[in-house]
Amino acid sequence: MEDEVINYELRLYIAGKTAKSVSALSNLKKYCEEHLKGQYSIEVIDLLVKPQLAEGDQIFAIPTLVRKVPEPIRKIIGDLSNEEKVLVGLDIRPR
Amino acid sequence: MTKSHKKQQPTNIKSLPKTPTGITGLDEITSGGIPQGRPTLICGEAGCGKTLMSLEFIVRGAMIFNEPGVFMAFEEKTDELAMNVASLGFNLYELQEQKKVKLDHVHIDRSEIEETGEYDLEGLFIRLGHAIDSIGAKRVVLDTLENLFSGLSNEIVLRAELRRLFTFLKNKGVTAIITGEKGDGGSLTRQGLEEYVSDCVILLDHRVINQISTRRLRVVKYRGSQHGTNEYPFLIDEDGISVLPVTSLGLEKAVSSKRISSGIPALDYMLGGQGFFEGSSILVSGTAGTGKTSISAYFAAETCKQKKRCLYFAFEESPNQIIRNMRSINIDLQPYVNSGLLRFHASRPTLYGLEMHLVAIYKLIQQFKPDTIILDPITNLITVGSVSEVKSMLVRLIDFLQNEQITVMFTALSLNTVVNEQTDEGVSSLVDTWMLVRDIEHNGERNRGLYIMKSRGMKHSNQVREFIITDKGLDLVDVYLGPEGVLTGSAREAQQLKERTGVALRDFAVSRKDKEITRKRTMLESKISNLQAEFESVEEELNRIYYEDELKQQIMDKNRDEITKMRRGVKEDIPVKKKSNGRRSNKL
Repeated sequence: MEDEVINYELRLYIAGKTAKSVSALSNLKKYCEEHLKGQYSIEVIDLLVKPQLAEGDQIFAIPTLVRKVPEPIRKIIGDLSNEEKVLVGLDIRPR
Repeated sequence: MTKSHKKQQPTNIKSLPKTPTGITGLDEITSGGIPQGRPTLICGEAGCGKTLMSLEFIVRGAMIFNEPGVFMAFEEKTDELAMNVASLGFNLYELQEQKKVKLDHVHIDRSEIEETGEYDLEGLFIRLGHAIDSIGAKRVVLDTLENLFSGLSNEIVLRAELRRLFTFLKNKGVTAIITGEKGDGGSLTRQGLEEYVSDCVILLDHRVINQISTRRLRVVKYRGSQHGTNEYPFLIDEDGISVLPVTSLGLEKAVSSKRISSGIPALDYMLGGQGFFEGSSILVSGTAGTGKTSISAYFAAETCKQKKRCLYFAFEESPNQIIRNMRSINIDLQPYVNSGLLRFHASRPTLYGLEMHLVAIYKLIQQFKPDTIILDPITNLITVGSVSEVKSMLVRLIDFLQNEQITVMFTALSLNTVVNEQTDEGVSSLVDTWMLVRDIEHNGERNRGLYIMKSRGMKHSNQVREFIITDKGLDLVDVYLGPEGVLTGSAREAQQLKERTGVALRDFAVSRKDKEITRKRTMLESKISNLQAEFESVEEELNRIYYEDELKQQIMDKNRDEITKMRRGVKEDIPVKKKSNGRRSNKL
């Protein structure tokens, strides 16, 4: 169980507090609480503050959710409004 | 502000600020470069050189114009890009370290991406903005933006974002190049990028005709500026891209009245005694084996002798072959090659397309700066293009050479086929001097006759000369024009021999007659002396008789006096008689 706790390391890239960014963050938090309670960490990166970080994770769309751990890296772009797609994208639910 | 400008320099309002690309030739076509602070679209099929052209724009900008640039690649990784252009002598890593260039690879992989809900490309904007700001970039390239379409499915969002991207670029004040693949049908790009980029569109093309590929470039659109509208060939080689600004629009060229020797004194004599004009074009045509290459080698040697530079394009033989062969007619080109006055450039015509040849020639000329060039033979170019193409290429070449004041000698092979006669004709109207070397077949042997078909602006011989090649070199001799017509070669020599024999015979006959006359004279003279002798003897005889008579008379007179004296016995009379005696003897 201890392993599973740190299983999901998520990073959400946003650019300022836009409507899409805000809804993406709240959606993400909701799904995580529902499905990955206690097994995840979310890092929010505002590219307006740290634009140099965009290149590292190959960010071009905003908002982008990156699953750093577990590998392979997965990206989900958009405001994460479709729960089903997000869960599949994060491999929480099988395809 | 515009008003004050208008008053000062009315033309300034119209002129669009331009950013020079630094790509050879492209700036000439676009009269200064691509529009400054605006996006330009470069489109074309795969493998036509879009990426290279845009990358060269960035590198040249950083290296020559000191304008840092951002290259955002959607296709290739930065390492691959750096490796690809390393062969052109561009060190992207070094430029990146110097903060002159920034490469950014945007990796888009559909399999890694899930799309849920609304999004925008703000991330890309931020990346680009950050890259531009970090090095103070003035130039931006987005290499195949269309890859976004393959990576993302929401086209509506993409299109809206593209429009925003171009506005963003304009606001940033950067000169941007966007590349796009040519689409099916009439559209320039697959995703219709041209509708977003309306200022300048350059189309690249890579065509294969008769198995020979030629790259071409065309400025499809250039808002607010005049530009060349033709298709211009371009070349990718070790120095990057060179575009050939093909034609000078006018015929306003400086002309020289200086003359340049052909290297064959007899030929110079035929050309008004001084040879060709400097900067003129000369065509030597003839059938195979008539010595066209020899004439051009003489010309090359003569150029080098005067410490001028000559560039020899050989399309048939290798340089060493030419040097060896020319030794046999007493020209050694090797020293000139060693001293750098003569340079050979040998290539098979089929190596690349006609336009490429032109670009290659153009580049070499710019590099070597020769005074004369030789193309031997242009006929072989026919194998890679049609007659009209060859002609248009040569027009452009001659145009260019005349601008540069370079004398050019072409050799052309003329067979008796229709195509080649056309070539001859097509080219011959362009050149200033046209010499024709022709086989004269007569009496079971083949000889060469040289004509000057035309030579603009000088008095030239209308005579056919026999063109002879010996191990001492080339020479022209007058053909024999006798009662039996035009004779050349051994027939000419035979005729000359015959004439020499005739002269000898005549000489002999004359001398015989001379001798006869002399003999006759001596005979007559001896006769005359005989008669003279006879005359003298007769005269003597006469004298003798006369003398005898006189003597007789004297004696008779004396006797009579004696008798008279004796009869009279007077002695005083004697002196008187003596006197008369003396008179008579005097008379005798």
